[in-house]
Amino acid sequence: MSKITLNVNGKKLPVDADAETSLLMVLRNDLGLTGTKYGCGQAQCGACTVLVDGEPVRSCVTPVSRVASKQITTIEGLEKDGQLHPLQEAFLKADAMQCGYCTSGMIMAGVALLNHNPRPTREEIVTNMEGNICRCGTYLRIIKAFEVASSNAREAVK
Amino acid sequence: MTENSSVENQANMIELERYELFENPAYSFQFDRREFIKIFSGGIALIVPLTNLLAQEGPRQGESGRGGMNRSIPNEVGAWIHIDEDGGVTVYTGKVEMGQNIRTSLSQAVADELHVPVSTIRLVMGDTARTPFDMGTFGSRSTPTMAPQLRKAAATARELLIDLAAQQWNVDRGAVKIVESRFVNHDATKSLSLADLAKGLKLVKVIPENVAIATPKEWTIAGTGVPKVAGNDFVTGKHQYTSDIKLPGMLFGKVVRPSAFNATLVSVDTKAAEAMQGVKVVHDGTFVGVAAADQMTASRAADVVRVEWKAEAQPSNVELFALLKKQSGDNRAEDGARPLGSIPAGLAIADKKLELTYAVAYIAHAPLEPRAAVAEWKDDQLTVWTGTQRPFGVRGELAEAFRIPEEKVRVIVPDTGSAYGGKHTGECAIEAARLARATNKPVKLVWTREEEFTWAYFRPAGVIDVKTGVKNDGTITAWEFHNYNSGPAAIQHKYDIPNQNIQFHPSKSPLRQGSYRGLAATANHFARETHIDELARIVNIDALPFRLKNLKDDRMRAVLNAATSRFGWSSRKTGVADTGYGLSCGFDKGGYVATCAEVNIDRSTGNVRIVRVVEAFECGAIVNPTHLENQIEGAVVMAIGGALFESVDFANGKILNPRFSRYRVPRFSDVPKIEIVLVDRKDLPSAGAGETPIVGLAPAVGNAIFDATGTRLRSLPLVSKGFRT
Repeated sequence: MSKITLNVNGKKLPVDADAETSLLMVLRNDLGLTGTKYGCGQAQCGACTVLVDGEPVRSCVTPVSRVASKQITTIEGLEKDGQLHPLQEAFLKADAMQCGYCTSGMIMAGVALLNHNPRPTREEIVTNMEGNICRCGTYLRIIKAFEVASSNAREAVK
Repeated sequence: MTENSSVENQANMIELERYELFENPAYSFQFDRREFIKIFSGGIALIVPLTNLLAQEGPRQGESGRGGMNRSIPNEVGAWIHIDEDGGVTVYTGKVEMGQNIRTSLSQAVADELHVPVSTIRLVMGDTARTPFDMGTFGSRSTPTMAPQLRKAAATARELLIDLAAQQWNVDRGAVKIVESRFVNHDATKSLSLADLAKGLKLVKVIPENVAIATPKEWTIAGTGVPKVAGNDFVTGKHQYTSDIKLPGMLFGKVVRPSAFNATLVSVDTKAAEAMQGVKVVHDGTFVGVAAADQMTASRAADVVRVEWKAEAQPSNVELFALLKKQSGDNRAEDGARPLGSIPAGLAIADKKLELTYAVAYIAHAPLEPRAAVAEWKDDQLTVWTGTQRPFGVRGELAEAFRIPEEKVRVIVPDTGSAYGGKHTGECAIEAARLARATNKPVKLVWTREEEFTWAYFRPAGVIDVKTGVKNDGTITAWEFHNYNSGPAAIQHKYDIPNQNIQFHPSKSPLRQGSYRGLAATANHFARETHIDELARIVNIDALPFRLKNLKDDRMRAVLNAATSRFGWSSRKTGVADTGYGLSCGFDKGGYVATCAEVNIDRSTGNVRIVRVVEAFECGAIVNPTHLENQIEGAVVMAIGGALFESVDFANGKILNPRFSRYRVPRFSDVPKIEIVLVDRKDLPSAGAGETPIVGLAPAVGNAIFDATGTRLRSLPLVSKGFRT
């Protein structure tokens, strides 16, 4: 066990964890940030996606020691001053979920994409999101949510 | 107004009295009046007797004689609605939410009858200590069975509240109206809220079977696209699934799995694991598991438990279909064998005959939330949180496993990360509870993806033999259909064929098999609708007129016409290289479906791309068009996996592809353009919609592949390794 300080959602949080423990386990079990989900533990489904320095990372295969000095953002950190992130809003508007278990990972991967590319094409969405599984099959609604979020962003710029 | 809700009938409402508490229930292990009384503190309660729900399921098997007198609380409660003294409306149902959105649709039904907004309604679901007994959430039963009964309870409540308001104002009940959730008098000078009316009361009313409820044409809240209840919690990560629960002092569990199915335990050496700090190893019969304060340690401890297993040689995919036929038994009459006419006679008058075999592989549900459970013992009382479709069934499994009465077990089902028929059983709950009992601490156990792919159960594989005759004018004259192992769901069909012999033959499955979204309806529709296409081809009739010629059923014809006209079936561009079109239609569980698919095949890579799907679906009156469309789209997407590439590979008691990298499920790039045509029949009762929309895709795609290539594929998945001629 070693003492590591993580920077999660803008807060410095000390944790006592084995260096090899996955970031996912630490977030969920030690920090109580259970919005990030376990889906496969092998970086094959995207349910555990978080942002590390703004980039989408599969937290289930990321040793906690590797992200000690980095900015980590989880689904719990997206809401700002009681305002949902535009993509969260868009998921609600597009009814882009059924059981909701993939939703956190989808939104985090989606936020990373939108940060780089505020108006992705359908092909860009598909390419970037291919690693995220929605077993309920709401993919088209998730694509629709991107469109809603993009057009809201356009509105905001105007 | 119904007679039972009038003021004169207030005798029907009984005041709870002390003696009720001492009356012995007929069944001690179901949710009964004592349980109810424990929960009910004050306000107004409307009880749906379990017998109402059972009656709706069809004729009862003998009179149980324990329904009690209709003026007292029935021994067995099916569901109930509580209007508390603060005006809150809580619905108690044993159904569970796992993504099919019944938390929303059942709220809509209650809100509709009570004339209050959906946000007023709270559903307590799937908690064996708080909700009445329920068989389970499967078979698309929530909408046709539970929703009408909750409507009746809510309608009874509304009429009762009107009576109470009229009484307070000493006016005729006809003068009381409901405006914006308030009960108001004729000139709107006085009004009362739900809370005003429920305050100080302790009324219990058992709803009769014959309560008038709104017809779909009168619905104001049902029939509209009400957003998912608590949707905000899902997009913010706040919703707590079973796997998110944390209890004080909780340990993490891990099970040491056998080397193969049906393996026997030869020896166990737990020394290394037990030497690890804070690790508890449990070896009980064939169960070997560990618990530790953190997940990493639990996982490492399980790795160092040395277990020797012995397993016999077991079958593999290669011999599967021959084996299923060889090991099959006789058809069971209750599974739908209804011979009609004579097959030899039907074949004798046919111009063309076909005899073909179809097959479907085992597939996995692969819910994104794997099985999970959190178990806690307090004295001899066990509580388990777990994502299951059968909370009461799992309670029974736990009671049996630990040899304790069911009253000592409580199962709570948080809204679950999907199931698709895959979460009927309680293995994970039992394993967590066993570890919790050994450690005397709460234990959380979340199956790994590999465990989920291996130790759950599978959709049955099956072989289907079809023998038919057809006249050159397109009339089908004989239909013989034998399904081996996959199941009898939707084995009967809507085609008008004078000579039929349809049978299901149960078999001995080499893998553990169970429920799956739509059950065998997918297999039976795949075989049937592919075969129909083959018949149409040999008599040179287009797939649509061929079906219509053999179908009188109006509802089936309506969805066929709806799907094909949206698709542009009759004007489709034929003769485009490597592009093909396919059609299918079907019926199950009260829902009618027709599916058109366009596929494109890349001959160099063998990649089959589904370009466009149009699916028309009709399930009576639509309760929530948004969520219905979502369910149908989702079913189409899920069906792509089973149609094209999903298959459980196994040999010698081992699953060979227990991970997403080797068991391919549909992803973003697999999804075609999907257009849904909803056929709303406000004149018909609503049927469930979670399952039947899945059945049409596989045959439509298979037929489209034939159209594009001239190659007929008769086994699901169609192109697990790409298209090869």
